[in-house]
Amino acid sequence: MNDISLIIPEMLLLGLACGVLLLDAFIGKRHPGVTFWCTVGSCLIVLGQVASYVPEAATFGFSGTFRVDVLGTVLKAFLLVLVVLSFFYAREYFNKRPSVPSEYYPLALFATLGMMILVSANSLITIYLGLELLSLSLYSLVAMQRDSVNASEAAMKYFVLGALASGMLLYGMSMLYGVAGTLDLSELLIKVDHLEQQRLLLTFGLVFLVVGIAFKLGLVPFHMWLPDVYQGAATPVTQFIGTAPKLAAFGMAMRLLVDGLWGLVEEWQQMLVILALLSMGVGNILAIAQSNLKRMLAYSTIAHMGFFLLGMLSATASGYAASMFYVTMYALMSMGAFGAIILLASAHSESDQVSDLAGLAKRNPWLAFMLMILMFSMAGVPPFGGFWAKWFVLKEVVVANYVWLAGVAVFFSIVGAYYYLRIVKIMYFDEPSEALNSETSADLKLVFSVNTLAVLALGVMPSALMTICISATIPYLPW
Amino acid sequence: MLALADFLIVGAVLFCLSVAGIFINRKNIIVLLMCIELMLLAVNLNFIAFSHYNQDISGQIFVFFILTVAAAESAIGLAILVVLFRNRGSINVDDISTMRG
Repeated sequence: MNDISLIIPEMLLLGLACGVLLLDAFIGKRHPGVTFWCTVGSCLIVLGQVASYVPEAATFGFSGTFRVDVLGTVLKAFLLVLVVLSFFYAREYFNKRPSVPSEYYPLALFATLGMMILVSANSLITIYLGLELLSLSLYSLVAMQRDSVNASEAAMKYFVLGALASGMLLYGMSMLYGVAGTLDLSELLIKVDHLEQQRLLLTFGLVFLVVGIAFKLGLVPFHMWLPDVYQGAATPVTQFIGTAPKLAAFGMAMRLLVDGLWGLVEEWQQMLVILALLSMGVGNILAIAQSNLKRMLAYSTIAHMGFFLLGMLSATASGYAASMFYVTMYALMSMGAFGAIILLASAHSESDQVSDLAGLAKRNPWLAFMLMILMFSMAGVPPFGGFWAKWFVLKEVVVANYVWLAGVAVFFSIVGAYYYLRIVKIMYFDEPSEALNSETSADLKLVFSVNTLAVLALGVMPSALMTICISATIPYLPW
Repeated sequence: MLALADFLIVGAVLFCLSVAGIFINRKNIIVLLMCIELMLLAVNLNFIAFSHYNQDISGQIFVFFILTVAAAESAIGLAILVVLFRNRGSINVDDISTMRG
């Protein structure tokens, strides 16, 4: 394999994203559907290209800065599927609001490119570039609703705190570079083992690195941006931020902590324990107090990210597989939950208050039933997918001898069940305050149903997804 | 001849100043953007110092990438600032708090 053939999917996506940008600029206004279908088509072409080559062992290219392996390929395929799903929701939202500029699709494609580079990175430079491409696209996506006060405020907060996170990450990288003398993650992996006397300096760098990762994942105490961004951004943008980038952040954490800094596993394990504990606690407790649905889902994201860390911190191949299952399952569930808000919204209101759901079961029984499946799944009720996600990570935590942590996690997920079940209660037992009606196109109803039923189907047959996750993490088995 | 530690101390001081600037500043968002730039420059100083003392060129290449990305980043930051100013008529840090909880 030569260098170019390794990076074909990324180059293809870059070319297609530029093409979509031009197409949108020239004929986007007259033929609104064209940009959408070209965007979806581009993603599917790239997905085909990614799936066409699954390497047996990790292959390196571009002087070791780029890496193609099973984990990266599977993550890329998952996140492309999620991105395509979110485009269908976005289309409905933008059709109802023709005033919003249509740069959403090209920007989202550039963000996807950033995510793909991030999960294939094998050098600190590549990680930084992929992360910035993702983040910069996301900042502008949030700011896209130019006349919305909340959106511009959210974009500013996201930008300042995101830039702060990148700065922290870079400072950590500079320390690692100074001590180990290399930017290459594979070389770092070997050198860290031989630098016993400089462990303190390496740990100093690691702290900044973990802070940067925690910022990007939205873990307590680095979560300040997340509720405001989720609430302020347009719902499809929130949905985009809340789904595929979480998988990319998982990929980034794997590359940095496991592929690069495995020698410091005891140190980062302790840090992740603290982050997971705080995130599960603060996320679940603050979510109870929210009256805005998007803000409530933001705190629920924080709690879920804490849960997801439980698999990572067990530091075994099966733990990573459990985390990967969790984050994929979570992305599917939050895709559906934000999708339901998009379905509820009419042309003039966002319908993102919890009280807007009152009596939904009478007005729209189908939507209420689907949202009930999603809420049960997020709360972790069997037989839905969210239950297995929690089950797998808890199992790994117990195997890794953190039984107390598993106990705390179960306690907080019971606390969390309160606000998910409250949504179900409001939908089924409260009287509707006013008739909010929104019309939904048939194909979005189909996409939303498939999305939600996938959560149910993966709950009945978790092994379908788990097998893929396990095969992606086989290289991390001890030998 | 300056030692490596001297450069690292300057870098650390600049980094701390910029982080403090982001959190303490209550006046003006443009100052926040300046702090972000200062933070990236502190990191650059670190990379160049390490690159020189380790006799390894890759750190300096990283600096070029950071400088380029920082330019793009500040462009987007200023664009968001313009949008914010048009909506609110103010760039005071204390004013951007409509969303709470």
